[in-house]
Amino acid sequence: MEVSSRVHAYNLVKWAKDKPQVLVMSADLTSSTEIDIFRDDYPERFISAGIAEQNMLSVAAGLTREGFIPFIHTFAVFIYRRAYDQVAMSVAYSNLPVKMFGFLPGITTPGGATHQAIEDVALMRALPNMTIFECGDATEVETILDSVLAVNGPVYVRMIRGDIPRLFDKNEPFVIGKNRLLSFGTDIVIVSSGICTEEAIKTVAAIKSKGMSVTHYHISTLKPFNSKDIIDSIAQSKYGVISVENHTVMGGLGTIIAEAMAEAGVPKKLLKLGLQDKFPHGASKKYLMREYGFDAIAIVAAAEKLSGKNLGITEAELKQVDIKPMHSHLKAEDL
Amino acid sequence: MADINWQNNVKKVAKGIRRRVLEHTINCNGGYLSQACSSAETLSTLYVKIMNLEHISTPIMPRPFPGVPGANNKAYFTGGEFNGSHAPQYDRFILSPAHYALVLYACLIETGRMHESGLDYFNKDGSSVEMIGAEHSPGMEVTNGSLGQALSQAAGIALAKKLKKESGKVFVFLSDGELQIGQTWEAFQFISHWKLDNMFIYVDVNGYQCDGIMTETMNVEPLDKKLEAFGAKVYKVYGHNPEELVKPVAEFIPEGRPTVVLASTNPFEGIPLLKNNAPKYHYVRMKSEQEKNLYINELNKMKAPGLIIPGMG
Repeated sequence: MEVSSRVHAYNLVKWAKDKPQVLVMSADLTSSTEIDIFRDDYPERFISAGIAEQNMLSVAAGLTREGFIPFIHTFAVFIYRRAYDQVAMSVAYSNLPVKMFGFLPGITTPGGATHQAIEDVALMRALPNMTIFECGDATEVETILDSVLAVNGPVYVRMIRGDIPRLFDKNEPFVIGKNRLLSFGTDIVIVSSGICTEEAIKTVAAIKSKGMSVTHYHISTLKPFNSKDIIDSIAQSKYGVISVENHTVMGGLGTIIAEAMAEAGVPKKLLKLGLQDKFPHGASKKYLMREYGFDAIAIVAAAEKLSGKNLGITEAELKQVDIKPMHSHLKAEDL
Repeated sequence: MADINWQNNVKKVAKGIRRRVLEHTINCNGGYLSQACSSAETLSTLYVKIMNLEHISTPIMPRPFPGVPGANNKAYFTGGEFNGSHAPQYDRFILSPAHYALVLYACLIETGRMHESGLDYFNKDGSSVEMIGAEHSPGMEVTNGSLGQALSQAAGIALAKKLKKESGKVFVFLSDGELQIGQTWEAFQFISHWKLDNMFIYVDVNGYQCDGIMTETMNVEPLDKKLEAFGAKVYKVYGHNPEELVKPVAEFIPEGRPTVVLASTNPFEGIPLLKNNAPKYHYVRMKSEQEKNLYINELNKMKAPGLIIPGMG
C-alpha cells in the first residue's frame, strides 16, 4: 500500500501560491495541522490567533466581509465544540466562506476524549448553510481544496494528517457530491467514510473471495448528501446495508443513510458501525477501532449478521489484502 | 452639517434619540429605553462628528426582510447601506450589542440616514427593522445578537483593512456587560497582538445589566486597568459630554494600539423618571396606566423644544 507523508503541508503551499485572497489561520497548532511550510513561505498570509478559537472564528467571519478567504486550521474539537456558537452565529448564519479544517477526526489521536472529534458531523450537519467534507486518503487531501474554495459558503473538512494511505487513483480527484463506487454487487451494500474506507476495502476483498457480492461506496461529501445511487443500490441489495464511520452512530454517516432510506421508503436492514453512543479514550487508532467495533473484522461480523452466513474470514486473510489505488466505477452498468 | 455647530447638532440628535425611543416604548408598552438614555450622546457624537461615513442624501426606507443569508438567496442585503459605501477611505461602524437596535434606528433617523417612518416597521413580521437586530437590520452589517462576537468580527474587518492598506477606521460600539464575556478579552488580546490601531471601541459603561447592578451581578472593574494591561489606549470620559467623547479621536496618533473609550453614562440620563426602575433597566415596561401617563407627560415635555437639555439630567 502506498503511504504518503504530510500531504496537506506540501499541497496547500503549492495550491495557494496564486490565491492571494486565501489566508491561513492557526490556533497554536501550526505544525500539528501541517501549515508550518505555509507560515514560512507566506508569512504575510498567516494569521496566528493563539489558543482562542472563539475569537478566531469570529475574526475569520470579519475577514470574509472584506474579501479574504480564511482557512482555519486546528483540531476539530476546538472548532465545533469550543466555538460552536461562533461557528453558528458569526459564520454559518451569514453563509460566509470561512473554510474550517478540523484535524483528528474520531479516534485518529491517542489524545483521549478531549481531542477526539466524535460528534462533529452530527453538530455541523445540523447547521444550515454548512457543507461537510471528509478526507479518506492522500488523493482526496491533495484534490479537495478546489472544491473547498468553490463552495459559496462555509465548509467544514474532517482532515487527516501525517502518514496517510493512497486509496484512490491520483487522476480521480475529489468532486463535490460524487460518491466513489469502489465495488459493485447485489448481496450487501457497505457505505464508509474517512479512515474507515481502508478497513472496508480489506473486508470487501475478503468477502468477495468467499463468493458474496458487495457494493461499496466511499462518501466524502457528507453534506449536502447525494443519496440517489446509494439508495438504488440498497433497494436492490439482497440483505441490506452496513455503514462504517469514525464517529458516533448518532447523527453521522449511519444516520444520513437511515434518513435517506426512510425518505425513499427502502425497507432494508441497516447496521451502523462506529462509536455506539460511547466516548472513546486515549489509545492507538488500531486498538480503538477494534475496541469500538469498526475495523475490518468488525465489518466482516456485520456482513455475517446481515446475511446470516458464516463467511469464515480470518484476521490473516484481512491482513493479506494488498490495497492499490482504486478507480471508481462510474456506473454500475459498466461492470 | 455645519461643523461650528457640531455640539448643538450632537445634542439635538441625542435628544431626538431619547424622544423617539421613549415614544416607541410608550406606544409598544415596552422597550430598550435605558439604552437610549445612556448611549444617546455616544452614538450621536460618533455619527455627527467622529466617523467618516459616506453622506446619504435621501433617508433610506428599510426594505422588507430579504430572507436569511444563503448560497441561493440573491436578494440578500445587509443594513450596512445605512452607513454608506464601504469604499477604502470610509470608516465602518459595528454595533456589538444588538439590543441597542432601536437606539441605533432612532439615531439613523435623526442623522438623516433612515426614513422617519421606517420605525413603523419595528418588530413587525416580515420587516428588517427587528427588535434585537441582525445584519439585515438598518445600520448593522454583522450578526451581533450573541453578545461578544461582534468585536472579534470587527477585528477581522480591521485586520483586512490593514492587509489591504485602506485608510478607513473601524468603530465599534460595545456594552459594558460584554466585558464579562471571555471572547471579548480574546478579541482585545488579538487586536493588540495584531496592532489594530485602526480600531476605536466606545464602551457604554452604564453599570447595569439584565439582572441589575453589574458590580453585584459580576464585577468587571477596574476596566481601564484591565484594558490597558491588554494593550489598549484607554480614555475614561463622561459619556454625555460630546467634547469628551471626541477628544480620543481628535488627538489620535497611530502607535499600534487600539483606542478604547470608556464612556461613563447614566441609564436614566434625560428621563429622570426612569430612575424609579432601579436597578432593573434592561427592558422597560409600563406597569400601570398611571405610570404610562407619567411617561406621556415626560414625552410631551421633550416634544416642547428647549425644556430638557440632554447632558444635564
